[in-house]
Amino acid sequence: MSDAAAIQAIDSPATLIAVAYEIETDAVERYKLLAEQMETHNNPELVRIFLDLARAEGLHAEQIRRAAGDLGVEARRGPIGAWRTDSPESADLSSAHYLMRPRDALLMALAGEQRALAFYTELAAASNDALVKKLAADFAEEEREHVELCHRLLLRYSPTAGAADADDPDPPLAVD
Amino acid sequence: MNATAPLACKPGDYKSQIKPIWCPGCGDYHVLMALTRALAALGLPPERIAVISGIGCSSRIPAYTNCYGFHGVHGRSLPLAAGLKIVRPDLTVIVASGDGDGYSIGGNHFLHACRRNVDLTYLVMDNHIYGMTKGQPSPTTEPDFDTALTPGGTGVRPFNPLVIALASGANFVARAYAGNPRETADIIVSAVRHPGFSFVEILSPCVTYRPDQRAWKERVHTAPVEATDDAARAARRLMTDDGFNLGVLFRGDRHPFQPAAAVARADRADLEKGFEI
Repeated sequence: MSDAAAIQAIDSPATLIAVAYEIETDAVERYKLLAEQMETHNNPELVRIFLDLARAEGLHAEQIRRAAGDLGVEARRGPIGAWRTDSPESADLSSAHYLMRPRDALLMALAGEQRALAFYTELAAASNDALVKKLAADFAEEEREHVELCHRLLLRYSPTAGAADADDPDPPLAVD
Repeated sequence: MNATAPLACKPGDYKSQIKPIWCPGCGDYHVLMALTRALAALGLPPERIAVISGIGCSSRIPAYTNCYGFHGVHGRSLPLAAGLKIVRPDLTVIVASGDGDGYSIGGNHFLHACRRNVDLTYLVMDNHIYGMTKGQPSPTTEPDFDTALTPGGTGVRPFNPLVIALASGANFVARAYAGNPRETADIIVSAVRHPGFSFVEILSPCVTYRPDQRAWKERVHTAPVEATDDAARAARRLMTDDGFNLGVLFRGDRHPFQPAAAVARADRADLEKGFEI
């Protein structure tokens, strides 16, 4: 399911809450996986950042699960999930790099928050259900705050403090 | 609750305690994610699954699952897996490989596994390069890909895995992209459920030796047509394939190869007698 298809399929508040829960739990899974990768590659600063991001998304997931009450959002989440590609907030694993720095991680998080913001904003505009519209607008507002937070955190780092600018003492040169 | 009812497993239940050592950004992480999701969707208990591999980055995958596994000899995962499936038809056997292991060193086994049609699911993580040994051209590397070993490129026409699989008799042929783990999981589910030899080519970027492959996510696209059971039609579609069409191309109806029980389950004493000096 693409974002557009997901928006069309969200025809009730219950479906929206289940989708929102899936978006957050997907984000947790990705950040934990990135933390694992950085642990393997001995990058403790990034491990901490990705675990913090996973924790933050986990809190949102838990809030949604509690608010959902008897809707059973966990049971509604199948093993594969609804999206054909990625749910909007999931970090793009393919943009990870062994020389990643905090700025790269924050840019990755920012991109996820921006995709989630765009998703909920579009849903709020497109839905014909008043409660779905309101809930989507609330979720969008939350994502907007996260986007702003990422921008504020990014100010701590120089624009040239990314993986692309890192010195690699042992670059991956092809050998025979 | 029925005491004998199988417990539902979640994707995480198929992951082992061993942490992958692939490079960050490697597509194989997505493949592992897709595989565990697919196994959960299939509802198969880990002890009923065997993951068999050869050598290479992709072939590390059995260690990262909680299923039975065998990290075998370079290029020889398919005969090993076929032998296992023949003597233990009750197991779901998944074979993992890469483009070097599967198409070069194991290329001949690939042809005959397609032809023999044992009920296996063959996942080839194709990154068009030998990653583990530091970036040599593989059978699917573009002819003009410049490396220290092959200045200006190999000049050799790349191997076309889907054409070969179809021509050799594979009963299920599909292509997936690692960066779409859910779609890949769906395709793996279909491949496992389809009887006979199921081949899934998974485009899995090597971001270390082929950083240009990060752009694959913009190039891949869902095939505009549904799967066919007509091999000739599938072959015609491959004539215009750009290498980035995703989805199931072909679902055949050949009966899987399974020798008679008497042959498959030879008596141990007879075997030992045969080897007596």
